[in-house]
Amino acid sequence: MGGHATKQIDSKTLWGGKVSPFSTSYGKLMMWFFLVSDALTFSGLLIAYGFTRHQTIESWPIGEETFNSLPFLGHGYPLIYVALMTFILIVSSVTMVLAVEAGHRMDKKGVIKWMFATIIGGFFFLGSQVWEWSHFIHGTEFGRITLSDGSEAIVSGHFGEIKNFTVLEGGSHNKKGDVIKDDLMHTFQHAALTGNIHSGGKIHLHDGSIAQINKEHDHDMILTIKSSSSSERNVGDKIYGKKAEEEYYNSLYSGSSKVFYGAPWFEDGNHWLPTKNEYGPQQYAHFFFFITGFHGFHVFSGVLINILIFIGVLRGTYHKRGHYEMVEKTGLYWHFVDLVWVFVFTFFYLV
Amino acid sequence: MERDDIIEYSLDGHHNEDTGVKIRKKIWFVTGLLTLITAIEVALGMFIKQDSSLWLFVKWGFIVMTVIKAAYIVLVFMHLGDERKSFKYVILIPYVIFIIYLIFILLWEGMAVYDKSV
Repeated sequence: MGGHATKQIDSKTLWGGKVSPFSTSYGKLMMWFFLVSDALTFSGLLIAYGFTRHQTIESWPIGEETFNSLPFLGHGYPLIYVALMTFILIVSSVTMVLAVEAGHRMDKKGVIKWMFATIIGGFFFLGSQVWEWSHFIHGTEFGRITLSDGSEAIVSGHFGEIKNFTVLEGGSHNKKGDVIKDDLMHTFQHAALTGNIHSGGKIHLHDGSIAQINKEHDHDMILTIKSSSSSERNVGDKIYGKKAEEEYYNSLYSGSSKVFYGAPWFEDGNHWLPTKNEYGPQQYAHFFFFITGFHGFHVFSGVLINILIFIGVLRGTYHKRGHYEMVEKTGLYWHFVDLVWVFVFTFFYLV
Repeated sequence: MERDDIIEYSLDGHHNEDTGVKIRKKIWFVTGLLTLITAIEVALGMFIKQDSSLWLFVKWGFIVMTVIKAAYIVLVFMHLGDERKSFKYVILIPYVIFIIYLIFILLWEGMAVYDKSV
């Protein structure tokens, strides 16, 4: 094909040097060069994530442990939400390529329709990401527990609802026989954190009173060992059912601090420092927020660029020009954003 | 003067309705394929856990499926498959060589650091 003469190029489309390298336009070639450099950046970040994961001795968190929520349904649904986000981005990539195709037919109405759909898809993705960020590593109801032999385990399963606390011994605020119904989960977790829950499910409250926890049974509890300090247990071992409940509540009711929830930070003088967290190495979340944040920023700027080009389409700028190459160029960027997400999805959630 | 360096140029790559129908058919085919691959990935991810004996195969399956998805996005959606061969190689080859090396060296080093600290 190289050098094969088919038709005269309009002088308006030739580059300054009077030829068109790779028979492509200047703008498109530069967009490709930019995308290659951007791809190198993202690859660098993802490979750095891989490096960190491989060199970490502590057990690395997996996607379904750190995020398994669905809107309106609570948690226990690994992958579904992120799969939905992936699907939204694929669909918006398709509408974009359809806009480019419509542009090649000089079908202004088609370009308007499909670009509009692409922009809507972009907003949907951004909204999904906001929701995901606010439900990521936010702690589970069970927390991470230190077992009797010193091993640490994360817990999955269904946490039985706390009905109420019945006060057994009065304190400065609660009287004997009172039934406490407010702020139960928060009070429970705070007491667990500070080692104020004792055998038989007795909780020591702030005002000095002691209450009985009335709680439904947990279901399908599984403990996964995340760090081991005895030779009997290995990282990755699982404990199921009754045995798991026994181990968990033995630790929880021991009256000392054996559990912690989520990934809280505490204030130390003028600095905010991360405490120990439920999920494992801190770098996991650092990489997660940096890479998905950097990608989200690309989506955001992609939506902005799409809107600008969309206005140009509406005003007929490209129609008058005789071609819709600007739509093609912004399309390249938009597909690239989708491309990056395909890799983020695999390396943060699947592998 | 007649020029001999003129080559087909894609800027005014207009096509008619008939070609459009064909192109759209291909786009919908790729859409279906990408959705299907994603669905397979999610199903595998939900049912085969990392402690399974099949995990190693599943893990490599994920990576292969990801590369297939990426290839379809780049070659069809981004139309790199329709560009000239020289252009395709200018974009892909330096990138691929560099990235394969970077993956190799960083993961290798990562494992070496791990071995040192165990």
